[in-house]
Amino acid sequence: MNPVAPNFRNASRDAVKNAQLVAAVRKSSDLLSDLMARAVANTPDFEALRDYGRARKLEISGDLEKYVQSFTAHARAAGAVVHRAKDAAEAARLAIKIAADNGTKTAVKGKSMTAEEVELNEALEAAGITVTETDMGEFIIQLAHEKPSHIMAPAIHRSRAQVAELFTDKLGTPPDLGVEALVAAARKDLREKFLAADMGITGGNFAIADTGSIVLVSNEGNIRMTTTLPRIQLAVVGIDKIIPEMADMPKFLALLARSACGQTISSYMSIVTGPRRAGEEEGPEQLHIILLDNGRSRIAKGPYREILHCLHCGACLSHCPVYRAVGGHAYQATYPGPMGSVISPLISGLGIYADLPNACTLCGRCAEVCPVRVPLPDYLRDLRSDVKKPPFMMKLTAFGANTPSLYRLGMIAMRRMLKKGGKGLMAPALKEWTVCREPPKPQEGESFRDWWRTRSYCK
Amino acid sequence: MPTTRRASLFLTCSADALYPSVGRVSVRLLESYGVDVDFPEEQTCCGQPWLNTGDTKSARTMALHFLKVFERSEAIVAPSSSCVDTVRNRYLPLFKGEPKLQDRFRELASKTYEICEYMHRILDIPGLPPHPEPTRTTYHSSCRTLRGIGLRGAAENYLKQMLGDHFVPLPDADTCCGFGGSFSVKFPEVSGKIMEDKLGNIVLTGASTVAALDMSCLTHLSAGARRQNLGRLRFVHLVELMMEALEGKTR
Repeated sequence: MNPVAPNFRNASRDAVKNAQLVAAVRKSSDLLSDLMARAVANTPDFEALRDYGRARKLEISGDLEKYVQSFTAHARAAGAVVHRAKDAAEAARLAIKIAADNGTKTAVKGKSMTAEEVELNEALEAAGITVTETDMGEFIIQLAHEKPSHIMAPAIHRSRAQVAELFTDKLGTPPDLGVEALVAAARKDLREKFLAADMGITGGNFAIADTGSIVLVSNEGNIRMTTTLPRIQLAVVGIDKIIPEMADMPKFLALLARSACGQTISSYMSIVTGPRRAGEEEGPEQLHIILLDNGRSRIAKGPYREILHCLHCGACLSHCPVYRAVGGHAYQATYPGPMGSVISPLISGLGIYADLPNACTLCGRCAEVCPVRVPLPDYLRDLRSDVKKPPFMMKLTAFGANTPSLYRLGMIAMRRMLKKGGKGLMAPALKEWTVCREPPKPQEGESFRDWWRTRSYCK
Repeated sequence: MPTTRRASLFLTCSADALYPSVGRVSVRLLESYGVDVDFPEEQTCCGQPWLNTGDTKSARTMALHFLKVFERSEAIVAPSSSCVDTVRNRYLPLFKGEPKLQDRFRELASKTYEICEYMHRILDIPGLPPHPEPTRTTYHSSCRTLRGIGLRGAAENYLKQMLGDHFVPLPDADTCCGFGGSFSVKFPEVSGKIMEDKLGNIVLTGASTVAALDMSCLTHLSAGARRQNLGRLRFVHLVELMMEALEGKTR
């Protein structure tokens, strides 16, 4: 978490100038949006699925603690050790303790935004534990010492050519490899690490209350290896990921797979219920689950409760005009894009992320594609009024705009000043407008109100 | 004998300050379809700029003023989807816990229309005559038209009737133009980048005219086009083309 309030204006100004970044983000976002549109078009009952998802999530967020208790009890009954972390720092401390208690030195890790929120890698590395990311995207950005720039496609900001260059530099591969060769190079590097690791770390796409299971989806098979090979297993899961029953899972999975990358189902799905049982040949000796709160219980009781319904599919990012123009890093938050601009200030404080609710044109596309109908634009608009008291100028202009005589004078004045090219008094007000545009140009001739009066008089 | 339809024009700030002809044409267009139009002169702004910058208190005051001015109207018609969206969808949540006021705002919402929407949904005008001098025209289906008031296809149909093959759909029509009200001045570089892409798509269509139902998007796009030396592009509210088609002459 960034202790200094990040400045979206400065970061986004640099981002839009980065042609490579914009092109890479655009290309992948277009692809993801197209895949989703096709998958949705081929799912006749998708709208009903979305209704189901929202309704079920409302039940959960309305009684979150009940489901946390239920999940905890069932996971413990299955043999897991369940920890509860009230914030990111506690989650990191717990993870370090689990590693230390078991003498683990190396860990392999599946992609997890919750682990990013906790800054788990940094914490474990500081405690002397080597963590290797095993998701292809995460593997790339770990090599590059970067943060994910998309919650589902973490390396979306990098082109194939850039990845090839990075691999040559860090892994010694021949220059300018194609996608398949790059994947093969990563696989070769990772295989040994999988076999050597004594700890496997994942997040959790869903936590099933009635069975105590963690459900993980992937398209690369790395999750399967991460959850079965190492002797110690750790899942870091936000309490918002809990769903009531295993029977809910297929529908949520259908929503997630379609919205995340246009699939009917992910290539792999792992259901982890407890550690290795007597007589089983594989699986970890211990399964630890850290349930992360970090503000979620508080959010569930407030006006932005539905943000906890988010499936972390990333559709709102790929469809957002602002995200598509600047990529994820400009947001300087764990979660970028529309969902991030809601959840980041709610988790870390409005003081830190005051810019983000404003980093949105309120175009409404995110709400249109969200698989569980989170009212993202409404939340972003409402958060703006929570951020800070309106400036005095806004109050003053509101008074003017709401007094018919003053409003009319204001319109006449604005019209006159703009007819003269917006110079003089008007210039400071147009400073930001004219960064990329000319001043607005009023039509010649009389005002509408003059025309109307003359016309009414003549009638 | 059907009674005469009556409608009050809600001019909107952009037409008031910048585009008087949009107001004039709106009046004449409605009158040509037999609507008795009035213009309540006490009207001001719908309050959207305050609402979207978090000043809900001011927005409430302006919503109440709007209610006072327009409550007795049979219908309220405005040449702007975004202002209509504010009146129709954004006022109600400002008065949570005030059921009597909410009832009045609900009633207000139910009779407020964008002018093209009013022609399509209320006057039920099936077709328009061909435009006398059709030029290649594209249509920016603004976010508030699509996702605010939920009007899809109506404007495009009217354009097809008037212009035939001269109407060219815009690629990526459902993406934002980058305006976003306060967004345009809070983050002008990003706003400008999104605008650049929209203008790029407009240029791709080869159109010389861009029509929309939102003068705020068009103010942003036309000001950006002038900066980018695309000055030959004409940005118009759809009503202007409709009036030209009905009168058989270009202004």
